Amino acid sequence: MTKPTKLVCNALWKIYGSNTGGLSFPPAQEDLDRRGLIGAVQQVSLGIHEGEIFVIMGLSGSGKSTLVRLLSGLIEPSSGELLFDGQDMLKMSERDLIEIRRHKMGMVFQHFALLPHLTVLQNVAFPLTIQGQSKGQAETRAQEVIELVGLKGREGYFPRELSGGQQQRVGIARSLAVEPELWFLDEPFSALDPLIRREMQDEFLRLQAMLKKTIVFITHDFDEAIRLADRIAIMKDGAVIQVATPEELVLSPATEYVEEFTRHVPRDKVLSVGAVMVKGASGTGDGISVHAKIAEVASLVVEAGTPLKVVDDNGQTLGAVDAQSVINVLIGKGG
Amino acid sequence: MTRLTPNALIWIGLFCLTWLFAQFGRDWFAAMGLGWAMDYPDAWVIPIKDSISAAMKWLVEEATFGVFTFTEFTRGISWVIEQPYNLARALLAEGFMDGIGRRAEQILPPFSWIAVTAGVVALGHYARDWLLAAIVGAAFLYLAIFGQWESAMVTLASVVIAVPIGVTGGLMLGITAYRHASFERVLKPVLDLMQTIPIFAYLVPILFMFGFGPVSALVATVIYAMPPMVRITTMALHAVDPEIKDFGKMSGCTRRQMTWRILVPAAQRSLMVGVNQVIMLSLNMVIIASMIGAGGLGFDVLSSLRRLDIGGGFEAGIAIVILAVAIDRLSQAFATRTTHPPRDGSWVKRHPRSTTVLVILVLAFVIGQFIPGFQTYPEEAFLTTGDFWDNGVKYLNINYYDALEAVKIFFLSNFLLPIKRFFLGIPWPWAILMVTVIGWQFGGWKLALMNILMAGFIVSTGMWEKAMITVYLCGSSVVIASVIGIPLGVLAAVNARAGSVIGVLIDTLQTLPSFVYLIPVVMLFRIGDFTAMVAIVLYAVVPAVRYAAHGVRSVSPEMIEAGVVSGCTKRQLLTRIRLPLALPEILLGLNQTIMLALSMLVITALVGTRDLGQEVYIALTKADTGRGLVAGFAIAFIAIIADRVISASAQKARIRYGLEA
Ligand SMILES: Nc1ncnc2c1ncn2[C@@H]1O[C@H](COP(=O)(O)OP(=O)(O)OP(=O)(O)O)[C@@H](O)[C@H]1O
Ligand SMILES: [Mg+2]
Repeated sequence: MTKPTKLVCNALWKIYGSNTGGLSFPPAQEDLDRRGLIGAVQQVSLGIHEGEIFVIMGLSGSGKSTLVRLLSGLIEPSSGELLFDGQDMLKMSERDLIEIRRHKMGMVFQHFALLPHLTVLQNVAFPLTIQGQSKGQAETRAQEVIELVGLKGREGYFPRELSGGQQQRVGIARSLAVEPELWFLDEPFSALDPLIRREMQDEFLRLQAMLKKTIVFITHDFDEAIRLADRIAIMKDGAVIQVATPEELVLSPATEYVEEFTRHVPRDKVLSVGAVMVKGASGTGDGISVHAKIAEVASLVVEAGTPLKVVDDNGQTLGAVDAQSVINVLIGKGG
Repeated sequence: MTRLTPNALIWIGLFCLTWLFAQFGRDWFAAMGLGWAMDYPDAWVIPIKDSISAAMKWLVEEATFGVFTFTEFTRGISWVIEQPYNLARALLAEGFMDGIGRRAEQILPPFSWIAVTAGVVALGHYARDWLLAAIVGAAFLYLAIFGQWESAMVTLASVVIAVPIGVTGGLMLGITAYRHASFERVLKPVLDLMQTIPIFAYLVPILFMFGFGPVSALVATVIYAMPPMVRITTMALHAVDPEIKDFGKMSGCTRRQMTWRILVPAAQRSLMVGVNQVIMLSLNMVIIASMIGAGGLGFDVLSSLRRLDIGGGFEAGIAIVILAVAIDRLSQAFATRTTHPPRDGSWVKRHPRSTTVLVILVLAFVIGQFIPGFQTYPEEAFLTTGDFWDNGVKYLNINYYDALEAVKIFFLSNFLLPIKRFFLGIPWPWAILMVTVIGWQFGGWKLALMNILMAGFIVSTGMWEKAMITVYLCGSSVVIASVIGIPLGVLAAVNARAGSVIGVLIDTLQTLPSFVYLIPVVMLFRIGDFTAMVAIVLYAVVPAVRYAAHGVRSVSPEMIEAGVVSGCTKRQLLTRIRLPLALPEILLGLNQTIMLALSMLVITALVGTRDLGQEVYIALTKADTGRGLVAGFAIAFIAIIADRVISASAQKARIRYGLEA
């Protein structure tokens, strides 16, 4: 939270429909209904911090894609404010916007959006050649990212000759080729089989551990959100109803709607030791990190027989965690 | 079903009244001293023809844009088109000449027939496989062996020039329409109109502006062949996956990059369909274009027809078909070609086919200097089928003359002549009234007003009689085409085996240029209205079949099941469910049939019809712009009236069956 904010939006609205003349913001729902308008994104305010994975989660039609297209400047909001690195994106000239997109933003698409007439290498090099880089330079860089995503040896293939997972690797490589600061991924894995999806999620986490991008990640899959997110925004009917870490969502869901999502989540993988420790109590052992997930330390704590010491990042003792509270989480009883 | 509604009674009454007028009107009106109602008096004719001719004359002789005159403008266009055309023609057909006229000396021969054939074989292999290569190779060999080479290459040269111009122009217009909705709104009605106006309406003005010669022919071809490319481009660009468009924007493409690096390549496949259309339409124009100065195969057909040299006409006609088939297959293969990653190595290694063709080109040139047969296919080795066709016709005429004649006379006296008498007998004021009423009934007052204005134009320009002959000839052809085509289409839809046979037949008919139909028919029935009718039917039957089949096929299976469940017999299924629901589609097919029939008119003028087509044809030979334009407009107006009335009734039918709100 101490890190600077990369992207900020305030009271963002996107309204679809033709009869918008003289609409005042924020409009009332009856007003929209009466005019036959759709509020695809309603009154959304977010701040996305540098280096975090920010996941936007919601069911189909909840406005995720619309929101991410607003954030990336692909469409103009009906009302609201959008700041990138403190600059007002809505007041920027077309030239400046193009510059930002060329050098600072990257995007991965649900159905890959690869150009069918180009090879893998040419696809990945495409954004670079658009910027006017020479073919040689662009392809050298493209080669690097292709290796990074594990597609070495397939540079000469055409998209149609690759599996879905491989195609999305190309999509990822292509969006990384320009070394973007802000990386948008709109349901990048939802067109893939479950097994491949997990594999790609791991791959994604591996990449992020190396690259430390600021990421806006869209998904309709809560498990995926939990797995990947530093923070999650939950959307419903165009509005964001809660923004929190996965752990906070599980511990204190803002509405019943959110609670419904969290019900089937494996809590031991979400909750950290900090959530169940007894503050100030003393324990034995070398000290368990307060951020460690219960699932990671469960066997250690249960086998120890006595409460174990919990420490923060600097090694300061914060409290202790005992076997019973860990077992409660494991069997799904409170937290 | 059998109960007549009052509405139907009124229509039947009106029809009977019309029939009575047609039968006895002449005597009645003569008796009442109203002869003008039958024959529009010459004194009342508005001299629009002359005004147009005068305006054209002014345009060509005096009009100026300030800096340059209109004539300089058209000359400029001519010059721009002529340069590449002359080059293509020299390379393919005539070689490079020094000097003019008879004393001209060839300084460089054209590509040898061997090299050109090798070239298309390589293209065939490049675009698909050895099979295609063999097919196009055989087609070109045919052209050489049967003595059609030089004409075919002249035709090819004009196709090679017309197609890129048509494709580029269509692409540009299509892209502009995609980018600017306002431009699309302007363009769309123009394209619609172009599709209803027969080509001939603009042949004469083009002839007048660009003069008799290949340039006029190219301009006419491009105007004819371009509209589908515009439509397909706009449609294809709209259909590009929105994600890909987003991607383009996110990579920071400028507008230009977006168009040329993202949209056009992504829409490549659909665009190639458009290119194929342009090619086919250009080939379709080959013979018509030779009326205003294109040489080549089209000219051969035309002059053979004029001389009634059946054998010669047939040979050149077949050569056009073969050229068309070869080019069509090639361009379709390009449309579906799968790209391969670029190869490594030197240029020669990366381009094995181009290298081979280049080597053959040079070898054929060098050897051709010593053995002329390598340069030009030796005349001694020509095969000709001309005599075969001539003899065939003779044989048929000697042995089946009576039978053929009987068929012809039967149709003439029992079908064509009564219809002709009917249409010519209707007093023009009554006819205009009827057209207006029909317009009002189907399309409201707007359509009624349009009809009255258009019919009024036809009368007041003194075209009435010719227009009625046109209506009669097209009308009877359309009736026959529907009577044959619609049942065939229905059969194709309900029976899979028949469907595939009919499909092949229809595809073949559609690849043939319109003129080609005329030749065998003239062979059998000589000239006259019956011949014209048969040729028109052959050309215009395709959409009747196609739309009927499509209409019947696309009746939703649920409807059929509902019919089956309620105990319909097969026959009832067809008459009660399939046909009524397919009606709107069948009507659209009828519409297309009428359009094609009208567009055959100038061609059938060659066999001595006396309709508006003949009027255009005469205007063409005399370069009489006013006459040609007025007759062209009259044809166009007939087409537009038919089109709007039928479209409106098709829409009514769709609404009635709940297929459209
Ligand atoms: N271009 C548009 N015109 C009109 N309505 C739109 C448009 N785009 C989206 N909508 C509407 O906005 C709402 C939100 O759509 P959006 O695509 O953002 O949902 P989503 O959360 O991305 O859904 P999914 O998971 O299916 O992708 C939907 O009701 C949709 O119908
Ligand atoms: Mg979406």
